[in-house]
Amino acid sequence: MVKEAEVPSTAQTPSQDQTKPAQRPGNLAVKCPKCKEMLIGRDWEKNLRVCSRCSYHFKLSAYERIELLVDPDSFVETDSDIISVDPLNFVSSSQAYATRLDEERESISLNEAVVSGHATIENLPLALAIMDFRFIGGSMGSVVGEKITRTIELGIEKHVPVLISSASGGARMQEGLYSLMQMAKTSAALAKLGEAELPFFSLLTDPTTGGVTASFAMLGDVILAEPGALICFAGPRVIEGSMHMKLPEGSVTSEFVLQHGMIDAVVHRRELRQTLAKLLRLYTGVDRSK
Amino acid sequence: MGYELEFEKPLAELEKKIIGLQRKGDRLRPDEHKQLQEAERELRHRTEEIYSNLSSWQTVLVARHKDRPYPADYIRLICDDFFELHGDRAFGDDHAIMAGPAKLDGDTVMLICQQKGRDTKERQFRNFGMPHPEGYRKAGRLMEQAEKFGFPVISLIDTPAAFPGLGDEERGQSEAIASDLYLMARLRVPTIAVVTGEGGSGGALAISVTNRILMLEYSIYSVAPPEAAASILWRDTAFAPQAAEAMKISARELQALDLIDELIPEPLGGAHHNYRSTADHLKAALLKHLAELKQLSVEELLEQRYQKFRNIGRFGRVQAPVAQG
Repeated sequence: MVKEAEVPSTAQTPSQDQTKPAQRPGNLAVKCPKCKEMLIGRDWEKNLRVCSRCSYHFKLSAYERIELLVDPDSFVETDSDIISVDPLNFVSSSQAYATRLDEERESISLNEAVVSGHATIENLPLALAIMDFRFIGGSMGSVVGEKITRTIELGIEKHVPVLISSASGGARMQEGLYSLMQMAKTSAALAKLGEAELPFFSLLTDPTTGGVTASFAMLGDVILAEPGALICFAGPRVIEGSMHMKLPEGSVTSEFVLQHGMIDAVVHRRELRQTLAKLLRLYTGVDRSK
Repeated sequence: MGYELEFEKPLAELEKKIIGLQRKGDRLRPDEHKQLQEAERELRHRTEEIYSNLSSWQTVLVARHKDRPYPADYIRLICDDFFELHGDRAFGDDHAIMAGPAKLDGDTVMLICQQKGRDTKERQFRNFGMPHPEGYRKAGRLMEQAEKFGFPVISLIDTPAAFPGLGDEERGQSEAIASDLYLMARLRVPTIAVVTGEGGSGGALAISVTNRILMLEYSIYSVAPPEAAASILWRDTAFAPQAAEAMKISARELQALDLIDELIPEPLGGAHHNYRSTADHLKAALLKHLAELKQLSVEELLEQRYQKFRNIGRFGRVQAPVAQG
């Protein structure tokens, strides 16, 4: 059941200036994890944090991605004050879930693994939810499911398209069946959005796996992916384990799923904004009353 | 059936004693006869004691028991005229999913089940109840068919997980599951899911987005296999029992959390001790819920189902900042 609980002290009250870009590395060098090239911070930023040599797309935080995609000052955040509680009193050998939540909120200055709201792209309105992998591996628990569902319901209410950007290691095990059920909850909301004849654009970023892939991420009317993202149901290690073989290089990435007919396009980060603008123009503004 | 699970040792010893005495038949002395009666009473009592207090992990062991009834057994015992349908009309036929129309108490329902397989040969044939994408697409096709003809959909769930192979990624395992979730959410017929054994994460949820979710008393429903959770959060699969406890995956725990609609009682010692009795309870529960759901209009069914899943989740809110000064 939806329940509201006591507030832990480390929860972040939403600040006014959430769209301010993160500290820029400037002259500092950044090493590409894929091709090992040393990239100059300033150039790397200019290149939208994409390796200029091999096009490896570095992860972006939710706010960085929002700034990249939407019209300046158009983003209005919703439900930033919703936070996870610990419904199962979950404790593992590494850590207690409640402690993990406190630490994550403190160190990342983010309340959860998804930021939701509405904005415009080239003046066209949309509702959007952008996941952030830094918060417990972008795992989906009650709050991620709730915020994504509310974003979809906002789309229905405002009669605008919905964009969800995924970055996730899968369902959040610390919330047990509550997490699994978020797959059903979000998919059901999308089914309602579909009945309202509103489009859902799904953007897959590195990594998009497990219960997130097997629910809303793969239900886009249009599904886009950044190049080279890990996109799969089971992780590579699990696949290797079940098949007793080593996976070839480049398996279960964006290009793989495109080749196998599972997504619509692989889009370089520098083209994402204009691609979304085009999709918004194509899929809205149709007068069905005639 | 025997008592082979580790925590059933005291029961196994009592059973051994009982069998030893029973073998004597007519040659039983009066005091031995009394011993036999006491042993039988003691066995019932100890079984009740143990089974009314099963831990999450012990429940896992019963849910995975090699002699536990499978959906095919329940179909045989509670339905008539089951006709299995095959194929996804695109790629192939997945044998982990067994589905088709049947008569339940005179009315046609569409059954969608996962079947693990009893012996080695059957287990391989059914891929241990772990469906491929074509299995989920077969399920989707038959759910749409059920909607076309107005048949209620009944899912009997017993799977360790959806199969995680490379071919499954190629054929879109995640898309197949997601599509079933989407389809089931708006299906215009009454739908009921019963977890009879293992509710193995997304692979189980794919056929479980229903108006009612029921679980047999010693079944489990988990976001991830305990072994996988142990591997990630305890860094060792040997901690599967701890992971099971932490995730609270047993039917009883899920009922206590209000996450399921009904717990169906099993006979003393688990379903494998009495297939008939378990099947009778299952049938009664299905008929009861079907009767209730049939009272609802299609719109009411859809809204009830939407709200059921809409309301699952636990969260809090940040307090308003305290004024400084």
